[in-house]
Amino acid sequence: MKFARFRLFGAILLFLTLVILLTTGVAHLLRQNPVEPLEGRVIPREGEDKIEIVNAAFLEGWKGKQVIPTPEVDLFTIIRRLSLALTGAPPSLEELRRLDTLEEDADPLQSWLDHLFADPRYHHYFAERLNRAFVGVEPGPFLVYRRRRLANWLAEELAANRPYDAMVRDLIASEGVWTTNPEANFITATVIQNGDNKGPDEVKLAARTARAFLGISLDCMQCHDDKFGDHWKQSHFHELAAFYAQAEMTLTGVRESRNKDYKTAYLGQVDPEVVEPSVPFQKELLPDTGNRRLRLAQWITHEENRSFARAVVNRTWALLAGRPLHSPVDDIPLDGPFPAGMEELTDFFIAENHNFQALIRMIAASEPFHRDSRSVDPDNPVTQAQEEAWAAFPITPLRSEQVAGSVIQAASLQALDQESHFFTRLRRYGETREFVKRYGDQGENEFAEEAGTIPQRLLLMNGKLVAERTEPNPITNSATRLANYSPSNEEALNAAFLATLTRLPNEREREHFLSQLSTFRKKGRERAMADVFWALINTTEFSWNR
Amino acid sequence: MESMTFSSLFTDTCGKPEHLSRRTLLRSAGFAGLSWLTPLSQLLAIGAEKSPSRPKSVIVLWMQGGASQLETFDPHPNSKISFGSTSIKTAVKGIEFGAGLDQTAEIANEFSVLRSVTGDEGDHARAIYHTKTGFRPFPGVVHPSTGAIMSHELPVPVTGGKPLDIPTHISILPSALPARGGYLGARFDSFQVGDPIRAVADLSSRVDEKRDEQRFESLSVLEQSFAAGRIADLEGKRTLHQTAMNNARSMMSSEQLAAFNVGERPAAERNAYGDTPFGRGCLAALDLVQAGVRCVEVTLNGWDTHINNHEAHLKQNGILDPALASLVRGLKDRDLYDDTIILVGTEFGRTPKLNVTEGRDHWPHGFSIILGGGGLRGGLAIGETDPSGEKTDPTRKIRVDDIHATILSSLGIDYESELVTPIGRPLPLSEGRLIRELL
Repeated sequence: MKFARFRLFGAILLFLTLVILLTTGVAHLLRQNPVEPLEGRVIPREGEDKIEIVNAAFLEGWKGKQVIPTPEVDLFTIIRRLSLALTGAPPSLEELRRLDTLEEDADPLQSWLDHLFADPRYHHYFAERLNRAFVGVEPGPFLVYRRRRLANWLAEELAANRPYDAMVRDLIASEGVWTTNPEANFITATVIQNGDNKGPDEVKLAARTARAFLGISLDCMQCHDDKFGDHWKQSHFHELAAFYAQAEMTLTGVRESRNKDYKTAYLGQVDPEVVEPSVPFQKELLPDTGNRRLRLAQWITHEENRSFARAVVNRTWALLAGRPLHSPVDDIPLDGPFPAGMEELTDFFIAENHNFQALIRMIAASEPFHRDSRSVDPDNPVTQAQEEAWAAFPITPLRSEQVAGSVIQAASLQALDQESHFFTRLRRYGETREFVKRYGDQGENEFAEEAGTIPQRLLLMNGKLVAERTEPNPITNSATRLANYSPSNEEALNAAFLATLTRLPNEREREHFLSQLSTFRKKGRERAMADVFWALINTTEFSWNR
Repeated sequence: MESMTFSSLFTDTCGKPEHLSRRTLLRSAGFAGLSWLTPLSQLLAIGAEKSPSRPKSVIVLWMQGGASQLETFDPHPNSKISFGSTSIKTAVKGIEFGAGLDQTAEIANEFSVLRSVTGDEGDHARAIYHTKTGFRPFPGVVHPSTGAIMSHELPVPVTGGKPLDIPTHISILPSALPARGGYLGARFDSFQVGDPIRAVADLSSRVDEKRDEQRFESLSVLEQSFAAGRIADLEGKRTLHQTAMNNARSMMSSEQLAAFNVGERPAAERNAYGDTPFGRGCLAALDLVQAGVRCVEVTLNGWDTHINNHEAHLKQNGILDPALASLVRGLKDRDLYDDTIILVGTEFGRTPKLNVTEGRDHWPHGFSIILGGGGLRGGLAIGETDPSGEKTDPTRKIRVDDIHATILSSLGIDYESELVTPIGRPLPLSEGRLIRELL
């Protein structure tokens, strides 16, 4: 009997604690009214003087193409773009509130980037995006390939902000076992396990190296000389492949074997011939000493090999802005012409010793990243030419995991990061996985701008994730918590817009929703708030980067 | 290590313009298919649908894992490579099938067996891609499957005087690699559904009508805000967001959804198909093509028999046999067989040798695919594999892209026509050659 009383008392205490926590938590997040986006202008921390050079290149481009840039967007929009690109989810309401606590003279955007660079979500999410370029998404060979280990290694490298050239040298010249030396998975991802050609596949490695690290597509040259122009020869491809010929699988993992040759039969030949390793351009940068892969790694990452820096500039731009400066992302002409800004960003990246965070700061600071995706005048909307010249920020589809991340994050007032409870993270992992499977994953084709599909709409309109994350649930869902604990409908509405779209409602939207919300009380209000979230989540704006 | 003889494997597959034949019409892929939603295209679709004589649909029964030709449609009984597997006679003199395919054997005159199909890939994922698209995987380009090409190239099917509400490209019991739209766009991906005894997921609103109405009212306000000042025709030329949503809503309330659910069908009818998930998938496929769907893929997993090949194939044949035979009979009973091409495909065959665990390993050098219906000739066995298992090259070699060319051509699609892919490279729909014996 005593035990039953104790249980009852405990349950009441727990309930009261929860109510207090929820009330104070929401009240804390809504303590200032109204929420106004902060004004701010970014200056990159590294190479401050270079921003003018980069921006001048874009301004020159706009002038040349006779396009007028759209107005500058508010800070919240920039922050949304950065959070989606770097963590795979929009900022939480709690994170947005942190901006209010900054010192008066602090640069809000630099502080935001500091916050993201220190966040394991950035390390892991960006590592996965890079991993797709390095090894693709295929499961790869059995036992000898651990894709996850490679992704974790990349995450650690990003956390330490190790220079990009050093990371790439490790990948190309890696030795050892794929579990203890995770970078070796770059080599083992290509291992052929059956037939006469067992071992790392030089052909796959050459093609991947050219695309991922040099931003050039030599795939066709596997079989014949370039038929588009006379730049590339079949020999270029196979001479590059020959650098990987001495990589072999041993009991101690990947090792170089100095006495192995690479042979191929060129088009028109019957018998294969021995091919010596050679690089397709700037041969003078190739060191004479070292094993084959080490020499290749040093040549690729040489500071005078601009194609290396250019390739990562183009990819990083695409990861941040949804579309590369030059498309396709991995087929940049070696000698140009280059799009406005590319060479200046390349110069900057080399001068900063391949500092990845500095590159991200510079891109975030550049003029195009601050342009609105809409014009001021609805009668004169943004044009294709403005988007192509980066005088307007292009509207691009979010990736499936970004959409899942957005739904899950929007349902929580706090950031779902490494500090979240284990079960919260586990739930997020499971939900994201299931959602991505059904929404569709573009795999390696990261920047294909796909239009919306019927299954995607069905999933967001009627799917389990959106229902579970928006329908009344006072413990887990922000919609219910806002309905119950917001001092007013207006504040609840502001918070709902910020949590989903990282912006406040405009006048018409405010009027519409407030009129709708005003008719409900108690349970009805919970459901009405769920419907507000549902509508926001089902917009084009929610699934497309603006 | 010596490289593979890539020049022989990759001949003319890069997609550069110089590789391509000249009798082509260059068009843009991707958004070329958007106009099917306009009233004008609906009228055109209705008009085109009235023109007779071409098959209108394709059913692909996909044997995932690599079905052994020796235990299914190309047995070599009493040879050393049979390792004891037996065969049965069929309705066509001189053609035998593997044990366990009794019902299929009775209707062997209704389709032809291609016994000399060869691919260039020995890995599951790459071989599935190759066989489903007719192209080897190539960096930077994802090729579309047959169903996606059909949905892109042919008018929207018309049923009851109006365009189909449900997707025209469907994959039942999809594997990890269902048919995809590739460079034509994700909206040409197959619509994936599970066992058709269960309702298709996410097709019902989770709230009552009143709430639903309010939600869409709010959505309309939000969409108007978003479009203001943004790139002209954002919806029509880029996002297709509301279009997809409208189509999804039409689908949610469509009577044609009944075709997805075979749970209400008489037990006797379901039992005829085996009443397995695959059998039910075949029954749903029949209903779906009758409703007007262009392409249905039904997957049967479990053919990757590296261990106990013979036993596993007997079990698999037991699932395939009633479903395939009933499907062919069903199509004939409903007068749909000439309108529907049926293909029983797999990514590769299995080795003539038996390994130490009594399994057979991957073998892309001569495996079997069934092709029938749609006015194609039946009762043939085309190509021969070596009964000794010594030769890798079969006689009358049929490449996987030849099958694509033949199907597309039968559907009235110019398989040599080129589309400019989103990355700017023109590609033909197929680089194969027609299998003239079937035409």
